[in-house]
Amino acid sequence: MSARTRPASVGNTMALAVRDLRMRYGTKDVLSGVTFSAQRGEVLGLLGPNGAGKTTTIEILEGFRMPSAGEVSVLGVDPARGDEAWRSRIGVVLQSWRDHGRWRVRELLDYLARFYVPFSAPEAPRPWDVDELIEVIGLSELANAKLMTLSGGQRRRLDVAIGIVGRPEVVFLDEPTAGFDPHARREFHDLMHRLSDLENTTILITTHDLDEAEKVADRIIVLDEGRIVADGTVEQLARQFAAAAEVRWNSGGRRHVHAVSGCDPTGFVRDLLAKDEDVTELEVRRASLEDTYMALVQRAEAGPSRFAKQPDTEQQEGTEEASEAQG
Amino acid sequence: MTTSAFEARREAVLAGLSRGWIETRHMLTDTASVIWYFAVPVIFAIVLLVMRGETVPGTEFALGAMVLPSLVGMSIAFGGLMGPAGTIAVDREDGTLLRAKATPNGMVGYLVGKIVMFALTTLVSIVLLVIPALTIAGELQLGPRTWLLLALVFIVGMVSTVPISVALGSLVKSAAQTGLLFLASMLLIVPSGIFYPITAMPTWLQWVGQAFPFYWLGLGARSAMLPEAMAVVEIGGSWRTFEMFVVLGVWAVIGMALAPIVLRRMARRQSGSAVAAARERIMSKGY
Repeated sequence: MSARTRPASVGNTMALAVRDLRMRYGTKDVLSGVTFSAQRGEVLGLLGPNGAGKTTTIEILEGFRMPSAGEVSVLGVDPARGDEAWRSRIGVVLQSWRDHGRWRVRELLDYLARFYVPFSAPEAPRPWDVDELIEVIGLSELANAKLMTLSGGQRRRLDVAIGIVGRPEVVFLDEPTAGFDPHARREFHDLMHRLSDLENTTILITTHDLDEAEKVADRIIVLDEGRIVADGTVEQLARQFAAAAEVRWNSGGRRHVHAVSGCDPTGFVRDLLAKDEDVTELEVRRASLEDTYMALVQRAEAGPSRFAKQPDTEQQEGTEEASEAQG
Repeated sequence: MTTSAFEARREAVLAGLSRGWIETRHMLTDTASVIWYFAVPVIFAIVLLVMRGETVPGTEFALGAMVLPSLVGMSIAFGGLMGPAGTIAVDREDGTLLRAKATPNGMVGYLVGKIVMFALTTLVSIVLLVIPALTIAGELQLGPRTWLLLALVFIVGMVSTVPISVALGSLVKSAAQTGLLFLASMLLIVPSGIFYPITAMPTWLQWVGQAFPFYWLGLGARSAMLPEAMAVVEIGGSWRTFEMFVVLGVWAVIGMALAPIVLRRMARRQSGSAVAAARERIMSKGY
């Protein structure tokens, strides 16, 4: 069994490494050549509009889906060949619905923690102490409550606890805060920070919310129609996306607006001020990362009916939307 | 498999045993489940009451005393066949199975837990059936041989039905479709010799009955609980204990060969988006 866990040829030092990942359902390419990697302890935000391929990507990394082509490595192992020892180092935060409704919080965590005991090592003690974990997620007072009596936010925090009870080295979260109120969302973000800072856990989180990606992730990857359109820190992306700038000024009693398509509006402004001495109320505005991302989302939503012809992919897209609507 | 992989499996089996016990406890403390478990023996007791005074055709033996062991056999078959199929379909849709898949050796724990839970709850329903019914059907032969043979029939019954049930539960597309399995089981009760002696049925129906575990589990329970002389009304005038173990053994082998393949194939398709799709479907359509 252990012979099957030989490291994949890519990314032995990386926590995650994906090269030229492709996924095809029928005739529709859901992922067409996705390449990225993450170092240990890095928090990666996978951002994109609905149907961009986020869920497919994360499910391939979790080992729940077989890619059509490409090299994938999670902790040096191809997820399709990952054995139980590999599985013990991976945490998957699932969105619970009504499973284990009669189980009590501590009962379920105790049960799941047992599976990780044989995989404990001196350098990586597993699992978490269950009571300590319950304390971390703030459910101490509900430790003996049945799961079906928990509120949505409480249950989602328990989902996170279940995902990390084995002290994983890599954690996957697919749209974890869909349906959260702002307060629950913030608590969740704090928990993520704690995990990456204190435990040096590598985290891959998918979201369609730029604000969330900015708050949680060290690095953001923007996926659109199965392709990576941007990859970098928030600052890098802001610079990369801020290609267009708008210059407004008053002159001769009239308001002027000029769009600068190049990267730097400085040259235009210098010329303007040199030529026209009446300029007042000069204003230079860069398109923000948000403007650019919103344009991307709008285009994805208004785009040609990409899903109409392929029922397979339609289902795929539908589920992402569903989890956002219901979560 | 390395030693540590073996240890991890063993720990998963132990966790599965505790899972089975926890789920049994949940089942027995849930009002709806308890009503279900008590209602069935009560209905059977009423059936036996109605049969009072009637005898097995051609003999002086009370029909009720003949039917009770058959009901025990049927309970084993039903517990083993219906329970797992129903839960696996539900567990697939609500994400229980996906959680098991995301845990190292989680599927081992899940399966062991299911087997323990269905063995325990079926045992409870049999005890609930036998104890009140004994007062109605008094002509039974009860001794150490009875209990030993009943225990054997119970174990063989579980081994021959649970794997098949797991396979069927993995094959159905949604939890709602398990109703069809229930319907099919009800139809198979007819030629099973449980409510009416199989020898009184047309020959072709006798063959249909003898192809399925219902008949053999009923026969096994009768051979354990009825006096030796009652064997004369059975096919071939014998309890056919050897044939019973052979037929049930064949079902066990078929089930055990099929179940892991079908279960693995079904589990491979499980993912967060598959569960989300099921949730969406149930929330919009209601099933």
